[in-house]
Amino acid sequence: MLKNLIKPVIFILCLLPAAYLIYAVYLAFNGGENLLGPDPAQYLSLETGEWAIRLLIASLAISPLRYLFNLPSLFRFRRMIGLYAYFYVCLHLLVFLWFLLGWQWGNIGIEIAERPFITIGFVAFLLLTPLAATSFNAAQRKLGRNWKKLHRLTYAVSILAVLHVIWIVRSSYFDAVLYGGLVLVLLGYRLLRKYSPFVQQFSFIK
Amino acid sequence: MIIKTRKEIPSSEITPEAVYKDRRKFLKTSANVALGAAGASLIAPAASAQTGDALFARAPAGINLASKPDWLVEKAANRTDAPATGPYNTDEELTPFGDVTTYNNFYEFGTGKSDPANNARDFNIEPWTVAVDGECGKPGNYTLEDILKPHTFEERIYRLRCVEAWSMVIPWVGFSLGDLLKRFDPNGNANYVAFETLRDREQMPGQRSSFATIDWPYQEGLRMDEAMHPLTIMATGLYDDILPAQNGAPLRLIVPWKYGFKSIKSIVRISFTRTMPNNTWNDLQPSEYGFYANVNPQVSHPRWSQASERRLPTSLFMPNRIDTQMFNGYADEVASLYTGMDLRRNY
Repeated sequence: MLKNLIKPVIFILCLLPAAYLIYAVYLAFNGGENLLGPDPAQYLSLETGEWAIRLLIASLAISPLRYLFNLPSLFRFRRMIGLYAYFYVCLHLLVFLWFLLGWQWGNIGIEIAERPFITIGFVAFLLLTPLAATSFNAAQRKLGRNWKKLHRLTYAVSILAVLHVIWIVRSSYFDAVLYGGLVLVLLGYRLLRKYSPFVQQFSFIK
Repeated sequence: MIIKTRKEIPSSEITPEAVYKDRRKFLKTSANVALGAAGASLIAPAASAQTGDALFARAPAGINLASKPDWLVEKAANRTDAPATGPYNTDEELTPFGDVTTYNNFYEFGTGKSDPANNARDFNIEPWTVAVDGECGKPGNYTLEDILKPHTFEERIYRLRCVEAWSMVIPWVGFSLGDLLKRFDPNGNANYVAFETLRDREQMPGQRSSFATIDWPYQEGLRMDEAMHPLTIMATGLYDDILPAQNGAPLRLIVPWKYGFKSIKSIVRISFTRTMPNNTWNDLQPSEYGFYANVNPQVSHPRWSQASERRLPTSLFMPNRIDTQMFNGYADEVASLYTGMDLRRNY
């Protein structure tokens, strides 16, 4: 009974930040209270980006946690969390195109040339897209062993996401150290688990 | 249907607001009378936004300070007006008080834009001393009252352009920095003047963070001719009140033709030096932030363009992106300070 509740609860938790931001945007469009501050586009961009990388890292943490603590049940949430990460990446891109670029495609060349981190972010989005598109069961069956290979692209995406964050550091290393550190640990664990018998012995699943 | 509710303003804020509105009305009418119908039509669109509750929208509940010294509040309230025209004033729309006081870069109180407003609620400016040293005849430790007493405060409505490509228009209260510096009798070796922000880990949580990129205390400096320029002020207030902590109470620099980071906050030291002093952002990232930091649309920051800026507040339908002006629009007054200098190299 309780077990069946976990998934919907996680579903709702992941949705909450987006729901709040969409509500705030709705208010802004209807002349309501300003929940977004004096620079709403910047705020929306920051928030959607932060949630995208947090969820991406959460999806990367599933396998290590499962191996280390014998929690096979965690796998049930991986697709959902991964898709949510993609959802927030899409919102992040939408905020950029709509509120920051104002759909002025003429300026996109200048933006990309002057802010290389935008290019990195866009490549990460492109790499994530096929993963989202092949996340359902039928695609998984059809691709067989290749599905796993394809979805290792997440590793590249997480590195690009961290570079994207490092590139905009100005006054505090906090985000860069936090997200960079987590990605380093989560990817490093995978490497060690593959090659180091010492690390393998702590794994419940060989 | 959304019902707009106005944020409550504590009684302590109400008097200045009323005074403020009256004064604005007076200024507007007198300006209109003086300039006649043609002038009035030019001023009208901006001026309509310079009055009323909208200016105080999103204002924090009460001003962030442990206490407000009466003598200072009185001095701020008795300030003289900015000249109606010329570089000390502008008819551009003012950035509302609520935005000026909740969107700040003041890393001593945290790195988020709203951190200073949240973390500086009980900042204490009593007692406050400013150490004056270096190449001058009257070094020493001066109390805030010593520093401020001889000066008459006046209003200066300036554009503030942040290096991050956003900008505001702020009605400061302050006085000419040059008038202050002259009192310390700088000698012939005083080529530069350096400033330092308070260092106080107890009161400033940002200074306790191990992730901060800044080596505290925050430092800034000006060439002597820049410091003596009539546009440069020591600000002690905004919107007719004294400075809230997040805006650099009780004493901060305003150099309107330079990027905001030059306008150092909460000053506790003024030093006259022979050689170019350190400035914090230049120490951190010399390829991105120079000593001069003059607003210049032609010289990009390595990671973003400086050709345009977002004038705050923006909205989702209106990014409010405007062209950045050379020297932030003060070129007529200050360009001559840099004659013959390669501004691409001396950014």
